Amino acid sequence: MRRTCLDMVHQLARDDQRIVFIGSDLGAGVLQEMKDEMPERYFMEGVAEQNIIGMAAGMALCGIVPYVNTIATFITRRCFEQIAIDLCLQDLPVRLIGNGGGLVYAPLGPTHMAIEDIAIMRALPNMTVVVPTDADEMRRLMRASVAHPGPIYIRVAKGGDEVVSRDADGFEIGKSIRLRDGDDVALIGTGVMVARALGAAEILAESGVSAAVLNMHTVKPIDVTGIIDACADKRLVVTVEEHVATGGLGSAVADVLISHGGTMPRLRRLAIPDAFPENYGSQDALLERYGLQPSQIAAAVLDDLALAAAE
Amino acid sequence: MPHLDERSLHLRRLVIRAMKMGGRGHPGSALSIIEILRVLYDGILRVRPNEPDWPQRDRCILSKGHGCLGLYAILADCGFFPVEELDTFCHVDSRLGGHPELGKVPGVEASTGALGHGLSIGLGMALAARLNKTDSRIYVILGDGEINEGAVWEAAMSASKHGVGNLTAIVDYNKLQSYGPTEIVQPLEPLADKWRSFGFDVHEVDGHDVEKLGHLFNDLSSPGDAPRAVICHTVKGKGIPLAENNATWHHKSRLNESELAALQTALGAD
Repeated sequence: MRRTCLDMVHQLARDDQRIVFIGSDLGAGVLQEMKDEMPERYFMEGVAEQNIIGMAAGMALCGIVPYVNTIATFITRRCFEQIAIDLCLQDLPVRLIGNGGGLVYAPLGPTHMAIEDIAIMRALPNMTVVVPTDADEMRRLMRASVAHPGPIYIRVAKGGDEVVSRDADGFEIGKSIRLRDGDDVALIGTGVMVARALGAAEILAESGVSAAVLNMHTVKPIDVTGIIDACADKRLVVTVEEHVATGGLGSAVADVLISHGGTMPRLRRLAIPDAFPENYGSQDALLERYGLQPSQIAAAVLDDLALAAAE
Repeated sequence: MPHLDERSLHLRRLVIRAMKMGGRGHPGSALSIIEILRVLYDGILRVRPNEPDWPQRDRCILSKGHGCLGLYAILADCGFFPVEELDTFCHVDSRLGGHPELGKVPGVEASTGALGHGLSIGLGMALAARLNKTDSRIYVILGDGEINEGAVWEAAMSASKHGVGNLTAIVDYNKLQSYGPTEIVQPLEPLADKWRSFGFDVHEVDGHDVEKLGHLFNDLSSPGDAPRAVICHTVKGKGIPLAENNATWHHKSRLNESELAALQTALGAD
């Protein structure tokens, strides 16, 4: 997914002279072809995220469209004020590409795991937050990103992730995609959790529970109509995210449901606990530790449905 | 120190006018940059007050956004917006806030106020001028307290690497930050050597001497091979004896009768 994302920057830059790439001391050879082909629009800066965001803002103020890339934790936490003031207050078309969102960098520990990035980016006015579910969707997002007004935070997954998005569904920033219909439960996921929600829906079907799955690739602006439609008449709504519950997808969905009025559906948020990860291992191992793998999601749904029936 | 001429006094009166009507402001920080601003806007910057978004213009970023009363005074005086609008400073529906905002105030090139952002933005603009093949020159006015921020030095390293000769960092070196003297709060010396060691072409000048400032900026009007730093030795609160070198005038939320009388005596009337 990261490779696809960066290759798309190169491809888009061929068609649009305004596009530049700015990296922060990335791995050797990153986007070498772009560097060879258009060296004047390829910037590999030092380990200096604050400067890079301000520099991108200055470029954007002069009509350039910068795509900025580094590890998700560093591109969100380290330069938060520059993002808030230089990009969001000034409402500039700078695209932030955060590598390894969520638990991707599990073996590297809590300094490298972006578990609250969606929350802090979502809190900023004018920011758009997109979490593509797979490489195909990343390609669609990147095409849509060029003309999008204002700053965008793009959370990038590990790579090699299962492809579950479909070309036929199209792609529009801010518009969710119904990947599966169902009558009993609505599973709402973002990023790589969409594939796990689909897996959970398969397992639930074996138990006679019909679950719809909604791909909420854009967490901000959140798709109010998509959520309201998907949640209507459901016995249970479950959000699934590779992120802490505070301020993430589940919070965004809860905000919509509370603000909508009417009958509040039963809502359960499956997320990372409010604590820095203490374990290493792999992304999948930590997802399992946090109960976010398909069989665990399905079990949580069945538990909650049983609880609801008993109440 | 040269005597302040009528134009310098006039711009200071505009600063005080806005501050009195707004009931607050950062007078010390505005008064130290008046001559820097007037020299830039009167003869150096290629800008069009009636077309503030003219793409080929030079850019001047007031990175020390709290000095905005000085910027508002010169922008109004140059015709970017009506002088009378200074009377709305910090009013609820005013365009003129306690820190300058892009898109609200004609002539303001970046929203500043959080310190340490301007040089990076200026660097981006300097690189964009290169990409866009324009000869725009970028000037960034930094406070001495402001350059405590590490991000300024990130920007300095990068500007040097890119050899942006169209970028000039101007340091308002009035030697006083909010709490007190820079040499007590966060010593900066040897300041010129610091900028030099970051790869800048460094110049020092009396920041209130209009003639010397004019000569220097004229001499530097063509881009060189490296970014430039102009360290302007200034006096915080310059022009008002009561405020000069007085840290309590960094920010004022109200002026009493005796202070108003002292201002009148120091600046006279239009």
